[in-house]
This record gives sequence, structure tokens and C-alpha cells, in this order.
Amino acid sequence: MVIAFLSVIFTLLIVGVTLKPFGLYMAHVFENHPTKLDKVFLPVEKLFYKIAGLKTEQQTWRSYVMALLLTNTVMILIVYAIFRLQGILPLNPTEITGMDPTLAFNTAISFMTNTNLQHYSGESGLSLLSQMIGILFMMFAAPATALAVAIAFIRGIGGKPIGNFFQDFVRAIVRVLLPVSILFGVIFIALGMPQTLHTIITANTLSGEEQTILRGPVGSFLSIKEFGNNGGGFYGVNSAHPFENPNGLTNLLQILLMFLLPASLPFTYGKMVGNKKQGNVLFASMATIFVLFLTISMISEFQGNPVLNETGIEHSEGSMEGKEVRLGTAQSTLYALTTTASETGAVNTMHDTLTPITGMLALGNMMLNTVFGGVGAGFMNILMYAMIAVFIAGLMVGRTPEFLGKKIEGKEMKLLALTLLIHPFLILGASAFALFTPLGSDGISNPGFHGLSQVFYEYASSAGNNGSGFEGLGDATPFWNISTGIVMYIGRYFSMVTLLAVAGSLVSKKVVPTTKGSFRTDQPLFGGILVGTIFIVGALTFFPGLVLGPVAEYLTLK
Amino acid sequence: MEQETVVHNQSEKKMSLFTKDLTKQALVDAFVKLHPKYMVKNPIMFIVEIGFLITFILAFVPQVNENNGSWFNIVVSIILFITVLFANFAEAVAEGRGKAQADTLKQTKQDTIAFRLTKTGEIEEISSSQLKKGDIVVVSQGQLIPGDGEVIEGIATVDESAITGESAPVLKEAGGDFNSVTGGTKVVSDHLKVEITNQPGESFLDRMIALVEGADRQKTPNEIALNTVLISLTMVFLIVVVTLPFFTSYLNFSIDTGVLIALLVCLIPTTIGGLLSAIGIAGMDRVTRFNVVAMSGKAVESAGDINTIILDKTGTITFGNRMASEFVPVNRHNDIEVIEAAVYTSINDGTPEGRSVIELAAERNIHVPEESVKDAEVIPFKAQTRMSGLDLSNGDQYRKGAVDAIRRWVEANGGNVPVDLQQESERISKLGGTPLAVAKNNQIYGIIHLKDTVKPGMRERFDQLREMGIRTIMCTGDNPLTAATIAKEAGVDDFIAESTPEDKIEVIKREQAAGKLVAMTGDGTNDAPALAQADVGLAMNSGTTAAKEAGNMVDLDSNPTKIIEVIAIGKQLLMTRGALTTFSISNDIAKYFAIVPAMFMLAIPEMEVLNIMNLYSPTSAILSALIFNAIIIPALVPLAIKGVTYKPVSSNQLLKRNLLLYGLGGVIVPFIGIKVIDMILQVFM
Repeated sequence: MVIAFLSVIFTLLIVGVTLKPFGLYMAHVFENHPTKLDKVFLPVEKLFYKIAGLKTEQQTWRSYVMALLLTNTVMILIVYAIFRLQGILPLNPTEITGMDPTLAFNTAISFMTNTNLQHYSGESGLSLLSQMIGILFMMFAAPATALAVAIAFIRGIGGKPIGNFFQDFVRAIVRVLLPVSILFGVIFIALGMPQTLHTIITANTLSGEEQTILRGPVGSFLSIKEFGNNGGGFYGVNSAHPFENPNGLTNLLQILLMFLLPASLPFTYGKMVGNKKQGNVLFASMATIFVLFLTISMISEFQGNPVLNETGIEHSEGSMEGKEVRLGTAQSTLYALTTTASETGAVNTMHDTLTPITGMLALGNMMLNTVFGGVGAGFMNILMYAMIAVFIAGLMVGRTPEFLGKKIEGKEMKLLALTLLIHPFLILGASAFALFTPLGSDGISNPGFHGLSQVFYEYASSAGNNGSGFEGLGDATPFWNISTGIVMYIGRYFSMVTLLAVAGSLVSKKVVPTTKGSFRTDQPLFGGILVGTIFIVGALTFFPGLVLGPVAEYLTLK
Repeated sequence: MEQETVVHNQSEKKMSLFTKDLTKQALVDAFVKLHPKYMVKNPIMFIVEIGFLITFILAFVPQVNENNGSWFNIVVSIILFITVLFANFAEAVAEGRGKAQADTLKQTKQDTIAFRLTKTGEIEEISSSQLKKGDIVVVSQGQLIPGDGEVIEGIATVDESAITGESAPVLKEAGGDFNSVTGGTKVVSDHLKVEITNQPGESFLDRMIALVEGADRQKTPNEIALNTVLISLTMVFLIVVVTLPFFTSYLNFSIDTGVLIALLVCLIPTTIGGLLSAIGIAGMDRVTRFNVVAMSGKAVESAGDINTIILDKTGTITFGNRMASEFVPVNRHNDIEVIEAAVYTSINDGTPEGRSVIELAAERNIHVPEESVKDAEVIPFKAQTRMSGLDLSNGDQYRKGAVDAIRRWVEANGGNVPVDLQQESERISKLGGTPLAVAKNNQIYGIIHLKDTVKPGMRERFDQLREMGIRTIMCTGDNPLTAATIAKEAGVDDFIAESTPEDKIEVIKREQAAGKLVAMTGDGTNDAPALAQADVGLAMNSGTTAAKEAGNMVDLDSNPTKIIEVIAIGKQLLMTRGALTTFSISNDIAKYFAIVPAMFMLAIPEMEVLNIMNLYSPTSAILSALIFNAIIIPALVPLAIKGVTYKPVSSNQLLKRNLLLYGLGGVIVPFIGIKVIDMILQVFM
């Protein structure tokens, strides 16, 4: 167990040292500073602009939003068409038929919104064309969109022009997503993941049976799956599959990749607003919550399941139900917390079988979507909480609230209030609706408290654009496809629009100089206020629901 | 000058929080405000009122599947009713305090007889309420001035105590900066011809009454923004409570409607929702009580945000050229002789100059024998003679005054003017001081050097302001050298020498361009544009109508240093709002831990583990939380009205203190409160 804990600490240390340099690199990219790498990147970018006929002039927040919504919606439509027609389109060696309409609706939205909620089974539900154009392309487009929006938001509240969506989008792909994906893709292939277009091989097993094994471009798929916080697996069982996560090293790298974008954004932010401490405080607050959640989860997992323990089952390695023996309890728990914290949704263990407390914290991660939250979207949520914290606590220094020297006034507060509302509305509202109709409640595999958790999990995962599931839920029905599709879409774009509007409103405001009388958001004290606000304003909302789900399950297990 | 708290000052009118009349009236108003027409203005409390109605109806409708009897609904509805009443009461108390002050003002506004000058030059008697803008009235000694106006002829002293509370009469004369008079004030000497400047019902007094009564009260920008947050939190909790029955019915149990309503009311920010308007009204009221009339709540809020204050040197930072700093003998007289003569001239002189002479002499340990001034005749200062003094019973005459006035007086008495007098007085003038000659009978003994002295405590105040992150800029007509000396002595951050009114506007615009909010004081007509440009413009009541119109606050005491207190009041208002919001929201943790286990315990007995407060029963837990939620409102009324303690320290220190008190306190207090209430309830259950 000591070694297991040490392996977790070791993993987090490696993650820790990479975040800051990477965050600063991204600031460099999006501040459009000239760099030596321009020789490589500029021609590629210019090619993109030329092909698509894009202009890169400054946009207002409104045109930025329009560009974002239009491109994303068009992409959803194209991918929807590909999924529906995959049976008659080329690159379909296993002769997979066209996808059911509600499933295609769900899947197209799911991948465009960075959710990758997979109601289909990866290897048998999609043709190679669908995998490559529909899925792989979206896996770049979705995080690039979110990253662009987050950067625009940072620029706005920092008082700089919002920027240009297309330019940010292209730069995000060319300078951030592609290079890292290629690098890690090569590493993953070297570490034993398949990378081939010859999909099926037949193996003769020792017992003389014939086994069909599916392969594909797994290595290239995997790096962007994790790095872009996508999470959609090539295989249905995701990173629990030996081809998708062959060994401890790939597991570590996957965790690193999941963290890389969302957890380095605070540093990008600090650099871009001209005060690195601002970013450090946000990072420290988030990291504190993450470590707290992780510690509680580890303790819970290593105690094992009390019911199973009583039967005399060996549990010195913790609760092993639903976990890969290759990876063990510690790394599986870390993976589970990381994938929910970063809203990636990749899994290397069955979240359905996590002990109730771990399940609750994984759920909590997604409900908050701020620790660290999905690429871009999560960071915007952190800033939303920061602004709400500033508004409430900032008054206590005897000044009207300022954030980064900009007054937070009625107009911004209205938008922030709406943003704050949408998450509980989607998760609790949709869960209530699902439980109300047999269409929803019929899909629950474990009735009782755990069933409630399954439903919460599904919608929290959708609204937070995570994509992992408490896999016990029978969610491949039209009801679940449509309802989660809607929740994913609103959960994704609503807050992007409202928060960009906040940035648009703040950008033109005068900066009030910081004095001794100002409320400082770059001090540890603010970190404490922020964490308090997230817990009281954010987490407490879900308290009754969590009490009825995982907490009740935990209490009744004894 | 207090170092500890800036807010309290001798001119603040004290008023106990709950007088008998006030409380009675507030209770009546609390019921009147129950009308939904008023309640919708406060959506949070409106929800509580709806909750009351629902539980009230449920109490009389037979229920199936209810875990608690109908008595529970009755109790809940009563508690909710009281909660709403408490919130209304808080608002009514705050308003009542304003109204009490308005009533005093209204007494001043009785109809008086006006003596209007007709076009033919005759005087006619009409009621003051019939006066129109442009009418010319004559007001004689002992009469009340019938309306706001400007003196167009005459010079007289006017008692403005009805408005300012200051009993010393002030001089009013045609032309210049002292020509504006306020209706309801009394002419004490001489008579004035006044041109009325307001239409009936729009006088300064009318506006003041409206302001302190709160009739014109509009929500301030920050209040509106905070309300938005509170409403969104309310919506969030509405979602939480409305969806809950769906989850429990899936788990095959139900929660009583009364319990759900109790949960909702406990979670929504009723504490701050109930106190928010009271805080705003009380903030305005604190300013008024300080004898400053703010034209809007926004002005008070802006005061809290001020980054830069522009202060006039004379009268604000310094006393003006009025403090004796040196005795200069002339004509071979010695020190002692000059000082003794100076003391005789000042012994019955109550002016600051006179007192400063006595004080300075006392420092040199020079006094005059008391019996020598017995039966002495006091010669008061007159504008014509420009000197004052004392005629002793033994025939000696002592005078002090302007150098040329004393010179003439000595010459008239047959004395000679010493040669070094001119030289010494010029030297003092060059230093920026004022020379005051002292003479006995027909001899000039010397000169008192009246120096521009920084008011005591100003330096500390500027230090405090700096600590609060506020910069001070001093404006003076002095030459740069003198200005620099005073600036250094007073400890201001910056100064403008030889400044003109245009310079002030320049400075204000420059600071505002850098995103700063600027406050200034002024009284003259040429200050008006700068007062209008400033974010907080405090006009002196003694100033011109133009200045008063341009500023967004008027100081009835005409004390320009008050701008510092006004800023403190603004900050205190914002802090109170933030502190009570934080307190209110932090309360939710304890309330959750009281109600949530109680709600589920019947169906899931294991929930007892979450009953960390070890409350007696589910019903007592819910009622305790609800009762705590109700009584915390009146318990916090004194804090809401008086405001949280404000100390001029850095924001980080303020934040730490308030966070500990209202943030952490807000988490802990309800745990204790709910437990105590539960223990009391236990006895009855």
C-alpha cells in the first residue's frame, strides 16, 4: 500500500512540474508572440486560412460567439450525416450499418461538446471512416473550440481585445493539440499500442477456440483522447483494454495528458493578465480540492467494500471489484479522480463499482466542473466562481467589487447568475425528469440509492462534458440519447455564451488601479474564499441529492 | 480628533436604536408591508410569504401520506409569517429613523408669511407656499426666510440651526459666495432682499425631507447587482427543493410539503434578503445623521470607492492664517512686553486667533493678573475698525488688528509708528503668514505672527487614508514654496500650488482617466464644474446655490474635512452589505446538517450519522433551523443599521477580520443557535 501511495505521489509530481512551463507556452502561443517555431507552424496555419478562406481580424464578443456556435453546429450536422450513412460510405471493412438517428444525434453532439459519452460500443458501432472523420476530427475540433473560448475569455477580462475565433481555433490545433498528440502518439505506439488500418486479426487461443481481435489506429487516437479531455475510447471498455492502456507507464502518461491542458490554464491566465500570482492562487485552490478528494477516495478504496470484506474476501489491495489487476487500486483511483476532475471521461476502471464515497467525489468533480474542469470550459467556470467570490466577499473591504481592476456590476452579475443556475438546473432537473418517467427509470440496473447515483452520474457527466458513465445504466435508448444530447449541448454552449458576454462587457471597462484598499485576488486569502465559495455556493446545491445517492448507499452498506 | 474611528464625531446626532415610538410605528409598518404589492419588490421574502400561505392552507386541508400532523404545518406557517414580519420590521425600523428626522425638518417647513415685493415696489403679504421662482421678498430681523433664494440686496446674519444644528449665526450678503439662503432659516440681524430660486415644493428643504424619508429611494447599482446574485441563489435552491420529491419518490418515500418548504426557506438567503434594504436605508441615514445630505444612495456607495481626494488647503487642511506662532517685538520693546500686551487684547477674544494668542503666551508662561482686567471694557472686532481689544479700568487701552488699522489708531492717539514695523510685517507676509499689530495706548509694541497651521490630527488622517489606499491632493492659491511646506507638514501625497478652479477639473479628469474615483469639496460658484465632474462632490451649505446644485452631497455644517468621514460611511455601508451576505450564505452549512438528515431519517434510519448536532428529533431539528432562520433577522437589525465596525486599515486586514467574524462566524453561530433552540424545544415535545 505504501508503494501504491508513493506511485500516486510520484505521478502527481511529474504532472506538477510539467504544468507551469506548458501553461506559459500556451500564453506565448495565444499572445501571438513571434517564435522560432513560426517557421514550422506559420505555413501550416496559412494553409488552413487559405483553404477555408478565413480572415483573422479582431472580433467582438458577439461575432466570436457566432463563429463558435456556427462552426460547431455545422460540424455536428456533418458528423451526424456521416454516422447515419456510414453503411454506404467507404472505409467500412467490417460492414457496420448506419447508426440509429437518436444515437447519431447523441454521438455527434457528444463528440463536438468534448463529452464523448459513448452510448454506442466503440469497436463495433463505428466504421473506420466514422472513427477517423467523425470521431478523431471532433476530438481535435472540440478541445480547440473550448481552448479558444477560454483564451478569448481571459483576454476579455484582462482588458485585451477578444481576438479572432478562427485564428485561435487554428492556432490551438496547430501549435498545441497536434504537436503534443503526435509526440505522445509515437510514445504510445512505442509502448505497445496498435496503430494499423488492418483491423481484424484472428487468433487461435490455447484452448483451441478462435478469437476475433479488433485493432486499429489506437496509438494516434489515444493521445488526443486524453490530451483533449475527450475520453471516448477506441474500445468500449476504454483504457481498461490492454491495447488502450498496456502498462503502468502508459497509465501515468495518460494521467499526465488529462491534466496537461486544464490544469496548466491557470498559469496561461496569470501570464496573459500580467500577474502570475493571479493564476497561482487559482491553481493552488483547485489543487487543494483535488488532493483532498483524492486522499479521501484512496482511503475509501483501500478500506474495501464492507459487505465483501465480511465474506472474508482478501482486501489488502483495496476494493478490487471492477478494477484492472494490472493497474491496481491506487492508480485506478487516481485515474478515476483525474478523469472526472479534468472532465475527460476516459476510464481504466468501472466507476459503477467504486466505493460509494469515491463514486460521490468523482460525481462531485463533475458537478463542480471546476477542479480542474474540462479544457477551457472548466477554467471559465473557475473564473465564474472567482467573480462570484469577489462579488460577495469583495464588499467586505468596503469597496464595490473589482476583479482584475474591473468593476463587477449588475450586468455582469446577471450573466454570472444565469451561468451559476444552468448546471444545477440541467443535472437536477434532468435527473428528476428521468426518474419521473419509466423511459428513464427503466434503464437503471441497480435500484435504490445506487440507481439514483447512476442517473446523477449520467447527467453530471453530460452537463460537465465529461463522458464517463456509471456503466450500469442502460443508456442506449432513445430517451437517454435525446435527453443527454440536449443536456450536453446546453451544458456546453450556454455558459460559453454567457461568460463571453461577461468578457465582452468587462473588456471596455476602465481598470481601477490596485491600491492598499483594493480587494486582492492574488493572495492566498482569496484562495480560501474561492474554495469556500465553491463548496457553499456550488457543492451544497447537490448535497441533498448526494445524500440520497452515494451517502445513503455508504451508510446502508455497513 | 479621534484616531480610532473616523466615523464618530461630535457633530453626529446620536439616536438610540429602538425608541418606543419608533418601534411601535415600525411594528405597524411591518404588517402593512405584508401586502403582496410591497412584497414582490423583495422576491426572497415574497417566496417566504408564499410558503407561509401554502403551509397555512395545508394546515386546514386534511392530508394523506403526511408524516407530521397538521399541527406541524400550523407551526411552520406561524414561523414563516414571523420571518416575513421580522424582515419587514427591519426595513421599517430603518425607514422610521429617517422619518423621525424628516419630521423635525417638516416642522421647519411650516407656512410662513412672506413679504413679497410687487412690481410697483409695494410690499404684499402672501403665504410662503404661494411663492414662485423669481419672486423677490423682504425678510427683516426675527423673521423666517420663506424660501430658498439668493440675497440680492443687504447684509445680515442668519440663524441656520434649524437645518444645520449649528447655533452660531452666519453672515449672508449680496454677491459673492455667501449669497444663498435656505427657506426656514431665521434672520437674526438686519434685513435682506431675497430672490426666490425654486418653484414651490422643490426647495432644498423639500428635497431633503424626501431624501431622508426614503420616499425617493432607489436601489443603488451595487444593491441591484447583489440582489441578482441572491435571486439566482434562491432559484438554485428552488431547483434543489423542487426536484427532491422526484428522487425520494423513486426511493419509495415521500417528504411532507411543509418540510420541503421549511428546507427551501432555510436555504434561500433570507437573512440578507430581509436586511438588504434596511442596510441601504441605514447607510443613507448615517450620512444624514452626520449632517450631510446625500442626493442619492449611489453617491454614498461611490464614496466607498474613492481613490483620490482633492482638498482645499485653507479651512480644510489648515485653519487658515489664524494661529499665533510668534511674537515679534518692534521699536526696542522686549518680548515680555509684546506678549503681555497681546494677552490683554485677546483675553476676552473668543476667536481662534485670540485663543491661540493666549495659548502661545501660556507656553511662555506669561499671564496677566486677573484683577487687572476687572471692569475692563471689551472692544469687539468690527469690520469697519478691523481691530479688537480691551480698555482697562485704569485707562490703559490695548488693541490688536490689521497693521494699517493699528497704525492709524496709534497715529490718531498721537503716537509714532516705529520704523521696523513695516519691515517685520513684510517679512511675515512673505513667509505666507499674516501680521497682526499689537498696541498699547499710543505705542505699537510688536507683531503677532499668525501662521497657517495644519489642523491637529490631519497628518494621522492622511496616513490612515494612505493605508486605505486613498491619495490626497491639496489645492492652494499659495506659491509653490509655501504650498510645499504645508504639504510636507500635513503629509498629503501631492499638491497643486497657485491653483485655479480649472486646475481642479484638470486633476479630476486626469485621475478619472486613470480609472480612479475622485472626491472633492467646494463652496464657490467657480467650484461648481469641478463638483459636478467629481464622483463625490461635497458642497458646503454655506456655499452658493450653484455649488450645491452641482455636488451630489451637501454638508449642512459646512465642514470640508467631513469628506473623509463620508468616505468611511460609504465603505462601512458596503462592508455591512458584504459581511451580512457572507454570514447569511455561510449559515446554510449548519441548516443543511440540521434539516437534510431529519428529512430522510424516517425512511433511512442510518441517516442518524449525519445528525452531527445530535438534535432531539427530526421535527425538532426542522423547527429549530426554521426558528433560527427567523430570529437571526431581528438579531442582526442593530448591526444592519449601525453598520459593521470600520477601521481605516488596509484591505487585507479588513478582509481577514470580517472573514473571521462573518464568514467563520456565519458557519459556527447557526450550529450553536440551532442546537440551543432544539434543546429548548425538547422541553415541549
